[in-house]
Amino acid sequence: METKGIVIAGVGGQGSLLASKLLGRVLVNEGYDIKVSEVHGMSQRGGSVITYVRYGDKVYSPVVQSGEADYIISFERIEAARYAHLLKIGGIIITNTQRIDPMPVIIGAAEYPENILDELTAKGVQIEALDALTLAEEAGSSKAVNIVLMGQLAKHFHIDYEKWISAIEQTVKPKFIELNKKAFELGYNFGG
Amino acid sequence: MKELMIGNAAVARGLYEAGVEVISSYPGTPSTEITEFSATYDEIYCEWAPNEKVAMEAAFGASLRGVRSACAMKHVGLNVAADPLFTLSYTGVTGGLVVCVADDPGMHSSQNEQDSRHYAIGAKVPMLEPADSAECKAFAKLAFEISEQFDTPCLLRMCTRIAHAQSVVELEERIVPEHKPYEKNPAKFIMAPANAIKRHPFVEERTKKLTEYAETAEVNRLEMGGTEIGIITSGACYQYCKEVFGDTVSILKLGMVNPLPVQKIKDFAGKVQKLYVVEELDGVIESHCRNIGVEVIGKELFTPLGEYSQKSIAAAFGLPAKETITPDTTVPVRPPVMCSGCPHRGLFYTLAKNKITVLGDIGCYTLGSAAPLCALDSTLCMGASISGLHGYNKAGKGETEHKSVCVIGDSTFMHSGMTGLANVAYNGSNSTVIILDNSITGMTGHQQNPTTGYNIKGDPATKINLEDLCHALGINRVRVVDPYNLEETEKAVKEELAADEASVIISRRPCVLLKYVKPKKPVYVDKDKCRKCKRCMKLGCPSIHIDADGKAGIDKTLCVGCGVCEQLCPFDAIQAGE
Repeated sequence: METKGIVIAGVGGQGSLLASKLLGRVLVNEGYDIKVSEVHGMSQRGGSVITYVRYGDKVYSPVVQSGEADYIISFERIEAARYAHLLKIGGIIITNTQRIDPMPVIIGAAEYPENILDELTAKGVQIEALDALTLAEEAGSSKAVNIVLMGQLAKHFHIDYEKWISAIEQTVKPKFIELNKKAFELGYNFGG
Repeated sequence: MKELMIGNAAVARGLYEAGVEVISSYPGTPSTEITEFSATYDEIYCEWAPNEKVAMEAAFGASLRGVRSACAMKHVGLNVAADPLFTLSYTGVTGGLVVCVADDPGMHSSQNEQDSRHYAIGAKVPMLEPADSAECKAFAKLAFEISEQFDTPCLLRMCTRIAHAQSVVELEERIVPEHKPYEKNPAKFIMAPANAIKRHPFVEERTKKLTEYAETAEVNRLEMGGTEIGIITSGACYQYCKEVFGDTVSILKLGMVNPLPVQKIKDFAGKVQKLYVVEELDGVIESHCRNIGVEVIGKELFTPLGEYSQKSIAAAFGLPAKETITPDTTVPVRPPVMCSGCPHRGLFYTLAKNKITVLGDIGCYTLGSAAPLCALDSTLCMGASISGLHGYNKAGKGETEHKSVCVIGDSTFMHSGMTGLANVAYNGSNSTVIILDNSITGMTGHQQNPTTGYNIKGDPATKINLEDLCHALGINRVRVVDPYNLEETEKAVKEELAADEASVIISRRPCVLLKYVKPKKPVYVDKDKCRKCKRCMKLGCPSIHIDADGKAGIDKTLCVGCGVCEQLCPFDAIQAGE
């Protein structure tokens, strides 16, 4: 089996690390060899944060490079565009439509490229966009954007829904399990 | 039992399984989690020391007593601990002593990308380099064995992609070796010249024995594949090479990167047509190969800059790049910034507003250099703010001391600021030192330090009083301000700059991310009063932006109601939330 790659991109503080933990747990439970790369330390300071998940029969490199990602999960609109070069031809971007302005935009030194996702679609990139923030708030907390997006991703995998729920129970603090199950369900059922 | 764990957690597990009893460290990305995970094991005494030198010396003391000990740090932390390391090479150990060092090629979170292998070579001590989490655990255990067998501290080197990558690890039981009873041994442990001179030949002899060990040790592994290309590599680079080539090439994977084997490399060279060395940063392995007469292709193909990946290695070998699609529009960068409500913001705004020269230091407050505040003039290494300001003012001969300050954090001050302040007092510069006391070691992910009142376990600990400490170091003018209060802060800065003797301003307010800090209600903008002057934007707070109507707007999900922008608005348009 060719090693598959998933990129999780977001803004520091959005919970991308938890998403990668959940993904890691599901895949380990399925018996795959897996490596997950995180970068700790600066992440909370609102900077761009990227996590790589690679899984297969035997995984060597812990990083996903240009043209290697089967999926890019993005928690913020322009982060999807920032890492689009990592996507394989034929890969899929799953993105939250939320906009979080980076500091250069806030101070007026740069413009927020509103239509950048349309640009990518026009070039043939498959993008599944959803308002994960609203769904997360519906589940009970804006901090559950990460799990909503995992719900959307899960539709592409041939892994039983129950196994994802199991993995949530193994990964998330007990008091947050119900919230995260709800968030996952909303993401999974998005688009009908 | 199999578990997915980051390299650092696996190192901690390995130290634990090998029976380590004392670990002393200082935080530093990407090494911090080694000690954090170690502290979750009750059987291990763990501590955050004020700096890496103290940490390594504490580990030495435990080793002297006969128990297995360890210390962990980032690459620049090893600079601080280099003093004990070089002489520990001479004394050797009683209980095994493992020094964990995490390099940061690509500088994800560091001020340089120095190569720690030079320390192993310079201090003449062995160094192991794991290539995944399972090896992190196994090599941590092996490091203790090597340490005791060869009577030496043993270095264990990771890089970010090993330390912070999760991979599968099989857990085993903890085995604590028998303690060696303490025996007074002046010839071994008192490194006065008369004794040290006799230990040096032992060090040289030990290097020969370690090299012999390296020839046949399992950690140096031959993987024969296609013989057109042979690659000598180690650590993360091994993984990238396997990713690119699989078994179409032959690989000599080095798990021990100092000392390097001689015969094993020569034998390997004889089995392949063209020999490459793939190593990040410096040509350490390459130089060794050339020294022993083996021709290799190394740094002429592989850059000394930054971190590698399967992509950069494939490119260096001239293999085609993978196809990608990119947008034409540039995506604006997203640099890290000080959090909403960060207590450093008000202080830096005051300094920038008054156009003060600021010598900075290492911590969250280094982010004061970012736009729009652009408040810093220099950042070099831990403690350089104070010592640097002293030198700067001495050179300034009276012209700089009323318009220059330095800034240093509480943890950084305990690490390396005290001696700089003593210099200010003792050698008399009219320096204004600002200690940014946010009650935590912040940037590395919130660790305790001697000024916070808690230890690594979260239990109460002696809390060193910064005001008393500064007085004791010879400074008379010491005052405390609340950086959330712009008026008070500006008054203090102006008065202390005007003063004709050295001063310390302690800018004190806890980090807003601390669990016990409760956010206030977000502020809001009264649109009728806002005149679009954009003065609030000068704070660079991520909660404040300009709305579509050109007036200021507040992101309620981020704002913690610190009130600094409220004080700034000349039209009273920003109001406290109800």
